[in-house]
Amino acid sequence: MLRYLARRLGQALLVVAGVVVLTFAVMRLVPGDPAVAFAGPKATPEQLAAARARFGLDDPLPAQLLTYVRDLLAGDWGVSLRTRQPVRDDLYLAFPASLELVGTALLIAVVLGIPLGVLAARYKTKFPDFGVRVGSMLAVSVPVFWLALALQTIFASNLGWFPIAGEYDSALDTTSPLTLWTNITVVDALITGNWPILTSTLDHLVLPALVVAAYPTGVIAQMTRAALIEESGQDHARLERALGFGETSILTRFALRPALGPVLSLIALVFAYAIVNGFLVEAVFNWPGLGRYAAESIRSLDTPAIAGVTLLVALVYVLANLVVDILQGFVDPRARTR
Amino acid sequence: MTTETRTPETQPLRRTLPRIPDRFAAFGAVLIVVVVLAAVLAPWLAPYPVDDPRPLERLLPPSGAHWFGTDQVGRDVLTRILYGGRTSLFIAVAVLAVSALAGVTLGVVAGYAGGWIRDVIMRVTDVFLAFPALLLSLALAVVLQPGVNTVILAIAVTWWPWYTRLAASMAASIATRPYVDAARCLGVPAPLIILRHVLPNSLTPVLVQLSLDAGGVILTSAALSYLGLGAQEPTAEWGLMVQQGQTLFTTNWWVVTFPGLAILVTAFAFNVLGEGLRNALDPRRAVK
Amino acid sequence: MSDHLIEARDLRVSYGGRVVAEVPRLDVGAGECVAIVGESGSGKSTTLLSLLGLTQNAEISGQVRVCGVDVLTASPRALRELRGARAALVMQSPHAALSPATRLGVLMRRALKLHGVRDVDRTMARAMEEVLLDRELLRRYPHEVSGGQAQRFAIALAIALGAEVILADEPTSALDVTVQAEVVGVLRRLRAERDLALLLVSHDLALVSTIADRVLVMKDGAVVESGPAATVLAEPSHPYTRELLEALP
Repeated sequence: MLRYLARRLGQALLVVAGVVVLTFAVMRLVPGDPAVAFAGPKATPEQLAAARARFGLDDPLPAQLLTYVRDLLAGDWGVSLRTRQPVRDDLYLAFPASLELVGTALLIAVVLGIPLGVLAARYKTKFPDFGVRVGSMLAVSVPVFWLALALQTIFASNLGWFPIAGEYDSALDTTSPLTLWTNITVVDALITGNWPILTSTLDHLVLPALVVAAYPTGVIAQMTRAALIEESGQDHARLERALGFGETSILTRFALRPALGPVLSLIALVFAYAIVNGFLVEAVFNWPGLGRYAAESIRSLDTPAIAGVTLLVALVYVLANLVVDILQGFVDPRARTR
Repeated sequence: MTTETRTPETQPLRRTLPRIPDRFAAFGAVLIVVVVLAAVLAPWLAPYPVDDPRPLERLLPPSGAHWFGTDQVGRDVLTRILYGGRTSLFIAVAVLAVSALAGVTLGVVAGYAGGWIRDVIMRVTDVFLAFPALLLSLALAVVLQPGVNTVILAIAVTWWPWYTRLAASMAASIATRPYVDAARCLGVPAPLIILRHVLPNSLTPVLVQLSLDAGGVILTSAALSYLGLGAQEPTAEWGLMVQQGQTLFTTNWWVVTFPGLAILVTAFAFNVLGEGLRNALDPRRAVK
Repeated sequence: MSDHLIEARDLRVSYGGRVVAEVPRLDVGAGECVAIVGESGSGKSTTLLSLLGLTQNAEISGQVRVCGVDVLTASPRALRELRGARAALVMQSPHAALSPATRLGVLMRRALKLHGVRDVDRTMARAMEEVLLDRELLRRYPHEVSGGQAQRFAIALAIALGAEVILADEPTSALDVTVQAEVVGVLRRLRAERDLALLLVSHDLALVSTIADRVLVMKDGAVVESGPAATVLAEPSHPYTRELLEALP
C-alpha cells in the first residue's frame, strides 16, 4: 500500500510539473506585451525597459521558466496586470466563491441523483427507469449557459421568485457587514451568525446552483443506477431474496453501500469539471467566482491572472484524481497494481 | 411469430458490430439522421437566405411565415438554425477526426510498445487531461483569432488524450493475446502487427467513444461561441445566436429558446446513441 | 404425499424457450436428505433455485409446493414469507453470498426482524452456538471471516429463522477438505436434531454418499437416474452415473 501511495504521489507531482510548463507556454503565447500592459500606454521607453526587466522578459525562455517555477515554489503567483494585486490574493477571494457554488451544486446533485438512481434501479425497464434515463440524459446534454439564461429569465425576471444576479444583496455590506474567516460567504455568515447575509446568499445561490447541478445530477443518477443493478445481480442479492427481503429493501439496505464506492469517486471527478462548467454560469449570474475572474482576465489579456486560474483548476483536478485513486486503492486492492 | 433465419456468413458481423440495443438508442440514431439531414440539406430546406437582414422585419414572433420568428437584425431564426447545424456538425466531425487520429495513433503505439515509451506518452496524456479543457480552449482562442478553425484546434488539443487512454488500454490487452504473440514469433514486423491486429480490434470502443463524445464537443464549441471566442458573424452558430439574443430573452423568447433547443436536441441525440452502444458493448451496464 | 416439505411435479425450467431443467418428480420429507448430482451445467442448480422462485427471467411450469406453499402461483408477499422463515438457502461461494458492506450480525438481525422473530438477541446467540461459531463473529464483515465460518453462518441464519427446509447449492465445493467436513457435520447433526428437510445440490459424490438418503442424477437438464442413494451409487444403471462414479479419486 505504501509503495502504491508513493508511486501515485510521484505521478501526480510529475503531472503538476507538466501542467506548470504548459501553463508557462500558454502564458508566453498570449499576444500583447505584458510590459506594455503593466506600464500603461503612455509609458516612456525607460519605464517600459524597467517593466521588462522586472518581469525578466529579456532573459532566454528557459531562464524565464526557471524563474517562474522558483517564484511559484516561493508562493509568488505573480501580480495581476488588471487589478495590480498579487494573483494569489485575487484567487483567494474568487476561488471560495466558486467553491461555494460548486459545493452547493454537488450537494444538490447527490441528494437528487442517488435517490433517482435507486428509483430507476428498483423499477428497471419500467416507466420510472425510462423517466430517469431520459431526464438524466437531458441534464447532461443541456447547454449550461442556455439553462442559466432560461432559469434566470423565468424564475428571476418574470416570476421574481429569486434574485437575478450576484452573491448577496450588496446593501447588506453596510447594514450587517460580514467578518471573513474562510472567504466562503455561506460558511462565514453561518459561523458569525450573520443571518441577513446568510439568507440573502442562499436565496442568490438557488438558481445558479441548480444549473451547475444539472450535469452532476444526471451523471450520478446514471452511475448509481448502473452500480445498483450490478450489485443486485450479485450472489449476495440472491441470498437476501432467499431470506425474504423485498427488492426495495435489498437495494437500499444492502446494495447501496457497496455501490456508493464508484459513485463517490465519480463525484470527485465531476468536481473539477463542475468548476469549469460553473464559469459559464458565473458569467450569467454575475457570481464573483473564478469564472468571472477568468473571463475578465482574458478580456484584458492579463497573463499572470490567466496562468493563475489555469494552474489552480489543474491542481484541483490532479488533487481530486489523486484522492479518488488513493481511496480506490484502499477499497479495491486490485487497483493498486494498475 | 416470424421465423428467424441466420446464415453463417452474418454471424461474425453480428459479433463485431454492436447491435442497436434498444428502442431508445434507436430513437437517438434516428434523431441524429434528422439533424444531419437538416444540416446537409440546409440550402434547400431553409425558407430564407442565411444572411439576409431585413431591418423592417426585426424580432417578429413565430408565425406561418417565420416558424421560429426573426432575430434582432431581421433574419429568419429557422434558417439560421438549419445553417448553424452545419457549423456545429462540421466542428464536431473535425475535432473528433483530429483527436481520434492523433489520440489512437499515440495510444496504440503506447499500448503495444509498453516500457518507457508507454510511460512517456501516458504522462504527457495525464498533463493534458489535467488541464481544464474549457480553460485551455479559452486561452488558445485568445491567442489565435477567434473563429471556427480556432475552436476546432482548441477543443482537439484538449480532447485527444481520452482516445490515447482508451486505445492504449485496448492495445495493451490485445498485444498479449496468443495470436499476436504468434505473429510476433513468426517475425511479422511491429507496424504490420499493429495495422493488422491491434488497430482493427481497438476500433469498436473508439467508435462508441466517438458517439459519446460528439455531444460533449458540440456543447463545448457552443460554449466557446457563447463566450464570443468561437464562430463570428455572419456565420450562423447556435452558441453565438444565444449570446447575441440573451438580453432579449424576457421580451423576445424565441431568439434564444430555439438555438438553445437545437444544441440540446443534437447533444441529446448523440448521448443517447452513445449510451446505447456502450451498453451493448459492456453487458454489465445493460438492462436485460 | 402431503407430508413432504418439498414436492415438485413435472417441473420444467426454460430460458427463452430453451429447456434447461426438467424434473418429473422430486419429494423431500422432514428429516430426509435428497441430493441432486451432475456436472456443472446439468441444470441442478437451476432446479434448486426454481423451487424458491429465485430464477430470474426463467419460465417455469409444473407444480411446486414448498412447506405447503404453491411457489408458482403464490403472491410475492406469500413468497417472501416462505423464503427465509420456512425455507432457507445456502449458497456455493460463502463470501460472495454475503453483502460486503454489512456486518453479519446486522444481516441476521434485519432478517429476524423482517420475519417478526421475538427475542432477537437470544435467538441469535443460540443459533450461533448451534453451528459452533463464536458470537463475536457477528460484529465482523464478511471478508473478515473464513469460508467455513461464512458457510456455517449461512446455516445459522436458517436456524435462527426456524427454517424447516434447507436448500444447499454446492455448499462445500468452495471450501478446503477439512472445512468441508465441519460444514457437512453441522448439516447432518441439525437434520437429525431438528428434523430438517435437506435438498443438496452437488457434484461431489463422496459427500453425497455420506449424507443423502436419495439421489437424482441430472445430465443436460434431464433426470437420468434416481433412487435410494445406496442403490444408485453402488449399482448405477445409467452409463452417465457410472462415469461420474469412475471420476471419483
